[in-house]
Amino acid sequence: MENKSIIEFRNVTFQYNSQLEPTLKNINLNIKSGEKVLIVGSSGSGKSTLGNLINGIIPRNVKGSLQGDILIDGKNIQSMSLFDLSLKVGTLLQNSNDQFVGLTVAEDIAFGMENDCVNNAEMKTKVNQWADYLDIKNLLQQAPNQLSGGQKQRTGLAGIMVDEAPILLLDEPLAALDPAAGFSSIKLVDDIHQKLHNTVLIIEHRIEEVLNQSVDKVILMNDGEIVGIFKPDNLLKENILQKYGLRNPLYLDLLKSAGVDIQKLEHIASASLVNGNGMLPKLQLANQQRIPNAIKNDQNPILKIQHLNFSYNQKTIFKNLNLSVNHGDMLALVGKNGVGKSTLSKLIAGFIKPHSGSICLNGDSLDGVTIKERADKIGYIMQDPDKMISKVMIKDEIALGLQLRGFDADYIDQKVTEVLKVCHLYEFRNWPISALSYGQKKRLTIASILVLDPQLLILDEPTAGQDYYHYTEIMQFLQDLNQKHHITMIFVTHDMYLMTEYANRAVVLGNYGILKDDYPEAILDDDEVVLAAHLKSTSISTLARRFNLSADRLTHYLISKESNNKHE
Amino acid sequence: MNNSIFGYDGNDTWIHKLTGTSKLIFFILVSIISMISYDVRFTLLVLVLSAFIFQQSKIKWQQIKLVVKLIVIFAILNLITVYIFSPGHGSYLYGTRHVIFNFGYLTMTQEQLFYELNLAIKYLVTVPISLVFLITTNPSEFSASLNQIGVPYRFSYAVSLALRYIPDVQQDFQSISLAQQARGYEISKKGKVMDRIKGTSQILVPLILSSLDKIQVISQAMELRRFGKNKSRTWYMHRKFSKNDYLTLLFAMLIILIGILFIKIDGSRFFNPFK
Repeated sequence: MENKSIIEFRNVTFQYNSQLEPTLKNINLNIKSGEKVLIVGSSGSGKSTLGNLINGIIPRNVKGSLQGDILIDGKNIQSMSLFDLSLKVGTLLQNSNDQFVGLTVAEDIAFGMENDCVNNAEMKTKVNQWADYLDIKNLLQQAPNQLSGGQKQRTGLAGIMVDEAPILLLDEPLAALDPAAGFSSIKLVDDIHQKLHNTVLIIEHRIEEVLNQSVDKVILMNDGEIVGIFKPDNLLKENILQKYGLRNPLYLDLLKSAGVDIQKLEHIASASLVNGNGMLPKLQLANQQRIPNAIKNDQNPILKIQHLNFSYNQKTIFKNLNLSVNHGDMLALVGKNGVGKSTLSKLIAGFIKPHSGSICLNGDSLDGVTIKERADKIGYIMQDPDKMISKVMIKDEIALGLQLRGFDADYIDQKVTEVLKVCHLYEFRNWPISALSYGQKKRLTIASILVLDPQLLILDEPTAGQDYYHYTEIMQFLQDLNQKHHITMIFVTHDMYLMTEYANRAVVLGNYGILKDDYPEAILDDDEVVLAAHLKSTSISTLARRFNLSADRLTHYLISKESNNKHE
Repeated sequence: MNNSIFGYDGNDTWIHKLTGTSKLIFFILVSIISMISYDVRFTLLVLVLSAFIFQQSKIKWQQIKLVVKLIVIFAILNLITVYIFSPGHGSYLYGTRHVIFNFGYLTMTQEQLFYELNLAIKYLVTVPISLVFLITTNPSEFSASLNQIGVPYRFSYAVSLALRYIPDVQQDFQSISLAQQARGYEISKKGKVMDRIKGTSQILVPLILSSLDKIQVISQAMELRRFGKNKSRTWYMHRKFSKNDYLTLLFAMLIILIGILFIKIDGSRFFNPFK
């Protein structure tokens, strides 16, 4: 492998025109040709800005002041156009749906070549070649809305690979994928790297998933600076991820809380290889953790769904689905993309109607109850808060639901103040919404539903795309609502640890209905369900399987330890 | 493919197999000449022809029912307005006045009737061929065809992009609308008109904002793949002209020639049976 440096940053400082402070401060960096590098950092750490400087979006499209030199393949980026750069750096954007510009897979792959005026015959050959390589050849004539997230990402990759750029830059490739698709995506990138020996940069905050495959080095960023550049093993031994708002790999958290000295471990970056003196006995001890009893259904469930049938475009989604949700449940709804998680949420919220069957809230049938009337009892929170917000000021946004229901001004005022306090937004009450962070906006959308005093909240992927710090912030807020304000919750999620950490119960959807309904850890112990539902067992399961221990017990052990820590 | 607006059907007749470009040129040329000519003999000839093309393309009534109904309604409205605003235009054009019935300002003459008949045939001619073009052309080929007849590719690609993102925006609209209804906006038929307008406008704010975000990402993604680098670009969906395509163009020229011939014979765009 060559050893010349392909990306070089020399004293680079960058400040967006819209910001008061530089987003990147004096960055020095040297990446060698053929290396596979992971760039990690919490939101706002500057990792995306770093990526955009490498592919030329900054400073070409997004303006700001740039100091220092950036050399890509030996050439200063100032002397290259965005187009020249794109032949050096192939970029896969975070959301592969928005990146999809063609009407079909084939056209999307060919897009770059079309712009280069490649003739038709050559385009067809290359499209076929790369579609074959990425295993999407049978999808060439499909439109984007017929593809899964993983398939869209493969299309995006194919469209970049045709350029044969020496550098491949992936911006949060895991953000829009379900766990199994995310796993195979990381594996695919590794295969590509092994075969083509190109330089691969992955920007992610989900460290554990990326480290499933080998990585040459990890760049840890915080607050616009590089904290350090580590070998994966060393980074994990440094034990600093949490300090920078990132999550440790789960198996490591488990080993630590079981009292294993992680400094002495070998192959620490891999759950399937990690080993060392005294690890097993300590795990065996942890394995004695008591596990809860199976879930029992209340006599008077808050929500009872019976014999539900629903199909869409002649495709059966649910066939005789039965589910009852207890008062106070925090229920995680999981399953592969497109299996009907959102559909079920929408059926409960009344956005769509079942073909047959009944949905009862507190024993009363919801048949014929309008969306608006249901919303008094069942709140539905969309994944993207921007899609729910329609006012300029925080107070107005929260008051809206009450105003539209004709309550008098005094009552509205009192109620809004109450909810502002519950949602920790009181100090911002007179702010414009545009000044809020993502997590605050999320709380705002929840607040605007809470004023209506719902008994049940349905949340669509409440933490999607959030780093560990913001994720914890949102989930603890939800847990508080659940425990202190007794609001029953159903949330859709892809995050298996979120499910085990925060839900008391998980419902796995498969084709036509419920695959399994149990407490969360029990689900991850069920290999068949994990496979069928495109879930990915956590690294704790990997570890447990190696030593014939119970992932269920070990996960419980970790959670009970962690919740003790939180309360101390 | 999900393009409900244009309803491309993916059938396999010889018309489907023609390239989008030749169909587009044929459509434009034949429409222009039938708009110019007021010779009923010529337009009737083209009408028969376009009916034949329509029959050959095996389009089902079901696919076009709604569009055709709308067009017919507008055409009739148009003819009535022409009559109301200038009931004497026929006589003015043809220079004679054969009264059918007397009704003051709205007196109907044979000339007016004949003139409006001409208009009606013009409408009738263009409807089938435009529908044939839309329904038998793969939407992916639209942009390539537009570009080929001289529309700059930045504009013609916008057509593709619109087709690509309309389903996405529709989906966004639906989900935002439902969430807003849950907040309490009434946009179903139950609500008052003002409330419904208000409610709909509240959907637009988040929809427009999220669409603007999308546009930014798309334009970035396109530039990262060198859209706009060269003066021209090639098209994956572009197809080479076959013999039938050349014949189609030849045929369009022939129709134009016949049209011009009729104009020569008449000495003007109008055929005058009243002389």
